[in-house]
Amino acid sequence: MSAQAFGARGTGSFPRGIHPAQAKHHSAAAALEVLPPPARVEIPLLQHLGAPATAAVKPRDPVAWGTVLGVASGFVSASVHSPLGGKVVRLGVTTLPNGRHVPTVAVAAEGEQVAGQALWEALYGGPWPTAGLDELTPEAIGAVVREAGLVGQGGAAFPTHVKLTPNPAKPVDTVLVNGCECEPFLTADDRLMREAPAPIVAGALLAARAAGARQVVIGVEDNKPEAVAALRAAAEGTGVVVQSVRTKYPQGGERQLVLSVVGRIVPTGGLPLDVGVVVVNVGTAAAIAAAVLRGRPLTHRVVAVTGPGVVRPANLLVPIGVSYREVLDFCGGLRPEAVRVLSGGPMMGLAVGDLATPVTKGTSGITVLTAREVRKAAETACVRCGRCGEACPLGLVPTRLALASRHRDWALARRYHIQACIECGCCAYVCPAAIPLTQLIRMGKAMLPKE
Amino acid sequence: MDNIILNAVIALSGIGVTAAVVLYFVAQKFKVIEDPRIDVVEAILPGANCGGCGFAGCRAFAEAIVAAGNLDNLNCPVGGNTAMAEIAKVLGLEAEEKEPLIAVLRCNGSLTNAKPKVKYDGPLTCAFAHNLYSGESGCPFGCLGLGDCVDSCKFDALYMDKATGLPVVIQDNCVACNACVKACPRGIFELRPKGKKDRRIYVGCINEEKGAPAKKNCEVACIGCGKCVKECQFDAITLINNLAYIDPYKCKLCRKCALVCPTNSIHELNFPPRKEKLVEKVDAPTEPAPVATEG
Repeated sequence: MSAQAFGARGTGSFPRGIHPAQAKHHSAAAALEVLPPPARVEIPLLQHLGAPATAAVKPRDPVAWGTVLGVASGFVSASVHSPLGGKVVRLGVTTLPNGRHVPTVAVAAEGEQVAGQALWEALYGGPWPTAGLDELTPEAIGAVVREAGLVGQGGAAFPTHVKLTPNPAKPVDTVLVNGCECEPFLTADDRLMREAPAPIVAGALLAARAAGARQVVIGVEDNKPEAVAALRAAAEGTGVVVQSVRTKYPQGGERQLVLSVVGRIVPTGGLPLDVGVVVVNVGTAAAIAAAVLRGRPLTHRVVAVTGPGVVRPANLLVPIGVSYREVLDFCGGLRPEAVRVLSGGPMMGLAVGDLATPVTKGTSGITVLTAREVRKAAETACVRCGRCGEACPLGLVPTRLALASRHRDWALARRYHIQACIECGCCAYVCPAAIPLTQLIRMGKAMLPKE
Repeated sequence: MDNIILNAVIALSGIGVTAAVVLYFVAQKFKVIEDPRIDVVEAILPGANCGGCGFAGCRAFAEAIVAAGNLDNLNCPVGGNTAMAEIAKVLGLEAEEKEPLIAVLRCNGSLTNAKPKVKYDGPLTCAFAHNLYSGESGCPFGCLGLGDCVDSCKFDALYMDKATGLPVVIQDNCVACNACVKACPRGIFELRPKGKKDRRIYVGCINEEKGAPAKKNCEVACIGCGKCVKECQFDAITLINNLAYIDPYKCKLCRKCALVCPTNSIHELNFPPRKEKLVEKVDAPTEPAPVATEG
């Protein structure tokens, strides 16, 4: 293997950031389970950043597991595939947690489904080759990744083939696999790393081959020692380095992780690509392996169902397009004291208004909170304590940015680099005046007039 | 002792006189000659500094008028035709008679028409909520009901109706300054001509979704069926992105479109009640049977 470890040069941490309660105990001990195939799934055609896919099926068309339902409509777009065998019921519309209404394809299950252990074995089980991957050309890997509809599974859902396409102007030397899962509560990546380290390593090597990288590093927060041990065992002799980094939020932000592990600073307004790094999530790495080595498109993903408001917290392998309600019902449903269901974790997740919302490729977890966690203080005036600036992992001045957003002062917002904000939520978390800083900045980013 | 006081008086007087002389010449050297007409024009303007003209207040607008030397594309919506005519007289120009405008709310997603499905407990401004979710009713185009428009209005022309959860335009106060149009993150307000005898017809919806999803969230959504387009004899109605739009400059206020609208999303304001025969038809707009009206 060409992936030579020439040593990561990061310190294992990044400046500022916060230490919220991790709250991983709810579901960290729950082994991965496979959700029984639902009777019906509703698959959004837009689950990624970029243009929505175009529907490739009509109502009443028969589909099998892996049939293309929607074709990518541009370079920055991703195809979607059926997780079930059955029939297309209708083309509809659904609301995603971010409030966007997107077109969907509803599929009803018919006949025998690949389920349970067989599904697990097909996607993650069995032996995964780590040698001889050089025989595949980067173009071939890129094409398969594109056809399989792979998107980043960490949350932002950026189409993976775009990251892996080599750019002669910006050579890549490192593939960094993100296993931090710094978001409180969530344990999906943790369980996947513990129980399926082999496909993650194989996928990381394939990503390196596609992007032309010489070094592969898997960064894992040091609160997951079992995951680190499992990955190290699987990476034995492959040249893949597993590096444990400090547990700190937002360690899993790609800018922060690149700095922690490789010691390079991603320029403001730039991407990790600008410093020769491609960052992929561990779930994405496993999906790359399943797509390239086993021909499986992205139809299922691991979701953590957690929080004090759910009866039986679990980590589940679920088909994309299944409703939140079905997933929660499998986990025993909601406790009576549950007041809020989040898509994602408490720091960056979005509240879900309707449990019929489908799980998408970017759903890393379903967190159910009770009144105790969501209590909120009344907003008061800024006391100029500067804690938000001390917490901001990017070194921004959130209080100024929030003020600029509130008063629509776009010149001030630009001067303070509003677009560099990653919306991690650290500033709002530490603010003693309970000012919704992150949300204000987010609003400002959305309203900022184009230059 | 006397000496000290005398010295001080003489010294300070000397400094004062010298400074006065210097200041006089400096003032002459850097004198700014301002057109006296600016003050006259400013005095005619309402002085609300609302920004409805597109300038940063009445003074800036007055300067712009005097500098431009004509009244093309310059209009004070608050002062209206009377103020503009007066300014034209002062400056010896011609003022074009403009049709007065008024803000209309193109959404009827009240608490009964678009029933709330979720409860929002975030910060209570529309700009904020718009970036977080689609709205309590689920309609991603409709009014969020948090009153950014009411806050933006400097003329007390808007208030929030608690019963419907929608803002209401007070016709006599609205000066069409455009503040609410800019404040609404969803662009629901539109400035339309006041119309003859204040009669106006407009589509009270901006939902661009297809019929079924639009109707799912709101009883009175425009479903883009196109019946009004066929009914209109004046080509005043266009259907773009599943949404009908009535061009106020082509509309002849015949009201026939409102009769055929299956979801009652076309609003008619300040019209006298319809005659008996027509009222019957209005009462049963949801009946699926009468399709043959066009044949």
